[in-house]
Amino acid sequence: MNNLLAYIPAFPLLGFLVLSIAGRKMSKNLVALTGVGSICISAIISLVIAAGFISSPPTEGFISTSVWHWFTLSDFIVNIGLRADALSVIFIFIITFVGALIHIYSAEFMRHDEDYARFFASMNLFVCSMLLLVLADNLVLLYLGWEGVGLCSYLLIGFWFKEPTNNHAANKAFLITRIGDTAMLIGLFLIFHNLRTLNIQEILLLAPQKFSTGSSEITLIALLLLAGGMGKSAQVPLQTWLPDAMAGPSPVSALIHAATMVTAGVYLVARMNAVFILSPLAMSIVSVVGAVTLLLAGCSAMVQSDIKRILAYSTISQIGYMFLALGVGAWTAAIFHFFTHAFFKALLFLAAGVIIESLHHEHNIFRMGGLKKSMPVVFVTFLAGAAALAALPLVTAGFFSKDPILWYAFSSEKGNAWLWMTALLGAFLTAFYTTRLMIVVFWGEAKTAIGHHPGKAMIIPLIILAILSVTAGFVEWPHNMIHLTLFSDLLHQQLPEVALKPDLPAESLFQLIAALTTFAGIVLGYMLYYRKTYLATSWLQSPSVAGVHNLFKSGWGFDHFYRAVFVQPFLFITRINRTDFFDRIYDGIASLNIQLNRFLSLSQNGSLRWYVVGVLAGALFIITLQLLL
Amino acid sequence: MSIQVNAVLIVAAILFVLGFIGVLTRKNILFMLISVEIMLNAAGLAFVAASAKWQQADGQVMFLFILAMAAAEVSVGLALVLQVYHQYKTLDIEKLNALKDE
Repeated sequence: MNNLLAYIPAFPLLGFLVLSIAGRKMSKNLVALTGVGSICISAIISLVIAAGFISSPPTEGFISTSVWHWFTLSDFIVNIGLRADALSVIFIFIITFVGALIHIYSAEFMRHDEDYARFFASMNLFVCSMLLLVLADNLVLLYLGWEGVGLCSYLLIGFWFKEPTNNHAANKAFLITRIGDTAMLIGLFLIFHNLRTLNIQEILLLAPQKFSTGSSEITLIALLLLAGGMGKSAQVPLQTWLPDAMAGPSPVSALIHAATMVTAGVYLVARMNAVFILSPLAMSIVSVVGAVTLLLAGCSAMVQSDIKRILAYSTISQIGYMFLALGVGAWTAAIFHFFTHAFFKALLFLAAGVIIESLHHEHNIFRMGGLKKSMPVVFVTFLAGAAALAALPLVTAGFFSKDPILWYAFSSEKGNAWLWMTALLGAFLTAFYTTRLMIVVFWGEAKTAIGHHPGKAMIIPLIILAILSVTAGFVEWPHNMIHLTLFSDLLHQQLPEVALKPDLPAESLFQLIAALTTFAGIVLGYMLYYRKTYLATSWLQSPSVAGVHNLFKSGWGFDHFYRAVFVQPFLFITRINRTDFFDRIYDGIASLNIQLNRFLSLSQNGSLRWYVVGVLAGALFIITLQLLL
Repeated sequence: MSIQVNAVLIVAAILFVLGFIGVLTRKNILFMLISVEIMLNAAGLAFVAASAKWQQADGQVMFLFILAMAAAEVSVGLALVLQVYHQYKTLDIEKLNALKDE
């Protein structure tokens, strides 16, 4: 089993190498076979490892293998070592399994694209980087995967690079995540400076011995790591890249949102849990960031009209829930939400891709409508995903993962009523915008004719993901219902349990409130967009509502704010310093040489006499020098 | 040794300067070539005088070298002069200035 571990990232890497070297000469079938096959093999291997992990857990709680010795700096040794514990196993399972489904779907979705091989090469590298990130046993290798993920997101968001706006979106994603990456790198330097190691297990062991709880060093380290996570996971204030990242093909969005990239931040915080536990301040910042993000993104998702932007904002919001859970110390709840979210968000994006493709690349939901009858399979699967996103009680996976987060937001020692109420409001918004999306897209009258229907390779992943969106939650039940907690049992080998406050009200009360909130959101969406559609339009007439609407729609004006505060001053400085001071020095040297050249070329006048005089003058000069000295 | 070495050197210097003035002032390449020959002979005379003064054969040897070199130089130079005339139909040094910087 140990030996198999290295093959999980190796196959996607091999796929990437083959496709990037020989992809242009390969037929489309061969490209699809290589690109999809590599991920499928990885998925099978991770299933084997996950099954082994559950049936006969390794005695130490992890399996590890050292692939290569990377480099040595005096006594600091970095190996390419892989280590899979329960947390990593859940991540590699999601990454390879959901990734494989997305790859199968893309084999058909991207069939008519001329850059078929480049697409699969980038996708394979994306999966490989993410696998390295979650399997790394030291932070240097993790950082390699971290940057690889950033690179691939750039390549894939700007995949259709002939459109300038796509390049702009790719640049934005790369630059904004880079802000977080830089902070994280400084965090790594600080860790190394203090602990003299970057091995994750050693850090987790040493940190509690070396730092006292709440000391400023550990808080700084935790906050720098958090900044890295916020960049990758699109949390406020570094969230602005994700809605624009919709410029990429739909399978790319599915991959970024479900399996890779945005969950990297969640993984990092969960992985470094011992560091964060040492700093109560950092923990509360994590939860506040999550709460603020889920609320802001939820508001923005309510008013978007581009189907993929709605889903993008909902992802930001759901990742916000995960951060909230991490912040209150509910580590397993956060990972569980990641687990279920991966299924339904991949499903929603893939289904949205089918819809967009069938309606001649129509993104605007208000020009869709009436798809319930014309695309029944997509309707049923999308409904399953949307229900999971809205956390419909008991029948969807989303409920089982979101309910513990709401509960712990209040009941954990670090939780409080404010966090709980924010999360509850977020749940209401989620239910509302999901209902709005469903009704506008699938009910009503058809506004755009359907071009072509999707084939089997696109439908089968949808069905599998739809089944999982409903059933994946059954592995972990709330404590007061059925005593079945497979997921947290597995994870508690690695992650600490939540410490609860004493004297809490009954958990079922909170579940009831959460369920009612969800239904309230659904009913409101139903009323506004199905029964009394005139209400929403008449509200928009009043200037104050329209102002709020536009504020939400522009994502709370973060883009304008950053443009005004960072981009414009920078452009101003570059404009006034267009003739750079240092350039002047070099320009001066250049023009001096040109002048000297002009002066000296006067002497080359073609007249033999002048040359003879020159020789004489030179000879006289040298003789005079000889005589004088 | 009735002739003073100094007098010979003065004659050599006068010859040299005359040759040099010829190179500078003549317009015809052929005459410039002859002037160069005069300068070479002036140098040769100076070598011979020096060799006579110090009773060393080196100066005489050097003069023979100059003689041989002058012969070779004249043959190459005259060949070039012929070619120049063939190409440009003139030997006026003022007009042969194609190598100047544009």
